[in-house]
Amino acid sequence: MSSAAASRHPGSEVLLAVKDLHAWYGESHVLHGVEFEVRAGEVVTLLGRNGAGKTTTLKSIIGIAPQRRGSIRLMGRESVGLSSRQVARLGVGYVPEERGIFASLSVKENLELPPIVQTGGLTSGQIFELFPNLRSRLTSQGTKLSGGEQQMLAIARILRTGARLLLLDEPTEGLAPVIVEQIGRMVAQLKQAGFTIVLVEQNFRFARTFADRHYVMDQGRVVEMIPSSEIDTSMDKLHSYLSA
Amino acid sequence: MFELLGISPYGLFGQLLIGLINGSFYALLSLGLAVIFGLLNIINFTHGAQYMMGAFAAWMLLNYLGIGYWWALLIAPLVVAVIGVIIERLLLARLYHLDHLYGLLLTFGVGLVITGLFRNYYGSAGLPYPTPGGLTGGSDLGFMFVPTYRVWVIGLSLVVCFGTWALVEKTKLGAYLRATTENPVLVGAFGINVPRLITLTYGFGVWLAALAGVLAAPMYSINPNMGIDLMIVVFAVVVIGGMGSILGSIVTGFGLGLIEGLTKVFYPEASSTVIFVVMAIVLLVRPAGLFGRSG
Ligand SMILES: Nc1ncnc2c1ncn2[C@@H]1O[C@H](COP(=O)(O)OP(=O)(O)OP(=O)(O)O)[C@@H](O)[C@H]1O
Ligand SMILES: [Mg+2]
Repeated sequence: MSSAAASRHPGSEVLLAVKDLHAWYGESHVLHGVEFEVRAGEVVTLLGRNGAGKTTTLKSIIGIAPQRRGSIRLMGRESVGLSSRQVARLGVGYVPEERGIFASLSVKENLELPPIVQTGGLTSGQIFELFPNLRSRLTSQGTKLSGGEQQMLAIARILRTGARLLLLDEPTEGLAPVIVEQIGRMVAQLKQAGFTIVLVEQNFRFARTFADRHYVMDQGRVVEMIPSSEIDTSMDKLHSYLSA
Repeated sequence: MFELLGISPYGLFGQLLIGLINGSFYALLSLGLAVIFGLLNIINFTHGAQYMMGAFAAWMLLNYLGIGYWWALLIAPLVVAVIGVIIERLLLARLYHLDHLYGLLLTFGVGLVITGLFRNYYGSAGLPYPTPGGLTGGSDLGFMFVPTYRVWVIGLSLVVCFGTWALVEKTKLGAYLRATTENPVLVGAFGINVPRLITLTYGFGVWLAALAGVLAAPMYSINPNMGIDLMIVVFAVVVIGGMGSILGSIVTGFGLGLIEGLTKVFYPEASSTVIFVVMAIVLLVRPAGLFGRSG
């Protein structure tokens, strides 16, 4: 599994290693031993049909899944028992599926809400270079932005904090193709800048342009790992996993 | 004009002043409830007891330690707030994962216990507290008599109320508070210490209640039950203003104080019920309250 990763990122350390991860919502057991790893500087996607457990996996990593068990090694530290606050402070930035823009905060307040957890975050100047739309909207109410702008804001606000590992849950969901492209370019730029990214994404044709590898989830497990270079030869397999 | 209405200007403006004074207390107390409710989702039924403790703390400082009003204004609310913080850490924090009803019952019970303890030691007869030097007396404006201490109370309440509003709406700490009110899980996932924020907020709400208690000490007799009747009205104010709204608490607090004062002039029979009549009407027309966000 990791040989492909190692070939693209030889020698780079494993930033995130998930092993035998289980998670529950009350009585219902939704993750059944998820395993995957991500090396520093990689962009990795989690694919899978609705309800496969992608969001729950990200929630388990950041520490907000209600019940989880197994092993999550983050930056070389076991983190499965840590609170989300402690995980964030290890340098993990999280963009939830519903974006989580605060209605009672202005755009600027939303942007500046997450505290700096490490040095080396983007400056405001760099952020406005990536997201020029935000600069003119700083005093607007956060939720008055368009869907695309809210998504940009949700990503922008975790770039300031110095987090090195970004967990993005379906950033392109429900957005117009132009915006999706813009977000794609932005993710590629972030990769260039050295961020490590776990991206939940339905559209693998879109994600293959900048992602290194794709983990396919089904019924609470990772069932397949496909490097971007092998997407074309794996089409049948992918379709069978992703069709409803 | 006053002659036509058959009332004297002294009566009218006097009642308006009393209305503003009552309004100051309604505003300070409902503001504390609003701040606490916003973040904890708990209606703090200990609030009346904490108001009473503020007044008693000032009295104790004076009678046991010889510490006067001005220092008491600083020390007493802090001491009561610290006790509040201990209650939150020790008791309330254990209930956050349960239905909010448990928090409500707990604060209600703690309030009863505190009130009972004070009644046991100090009886129900009122204790006097002298008006602080420099704020005694008053001035006759020709159409009304204005006691200096009351002007001070109204002024300080306004400053504290709008200071609180600015703190919540205009500062970084306030942004944390507002965000946590909306989505505490996500705020925690950004690395912010949400439990500490909640503790601080509860402490601040209690501080407001105790501050109101110190302000009340020289005006009303200090007794263990002093918070009870007042809180019944304050809960009505909170319902009218809208649960958890900062500005709503302030405006509704002062506004209802004034309405109550005016009713005393024009229709004294209704003065003790007018707030509840307003509450009933507001509930019928706008169930979320005047400033509440419905849903
Ligand atoms: N809060 C919850 N309470 C109970 N069950 C939940 C909850 N959230 C998710 N589930 C269930 O857990 C399973 C995994 O859900 P999850 O949200 O992780 O899937 P997903 O892969 O992100 O799906 P989607 O593509 O629709 O976002 C699903 O069966 C879902 O119904
Ligand atoms: Mg999902």
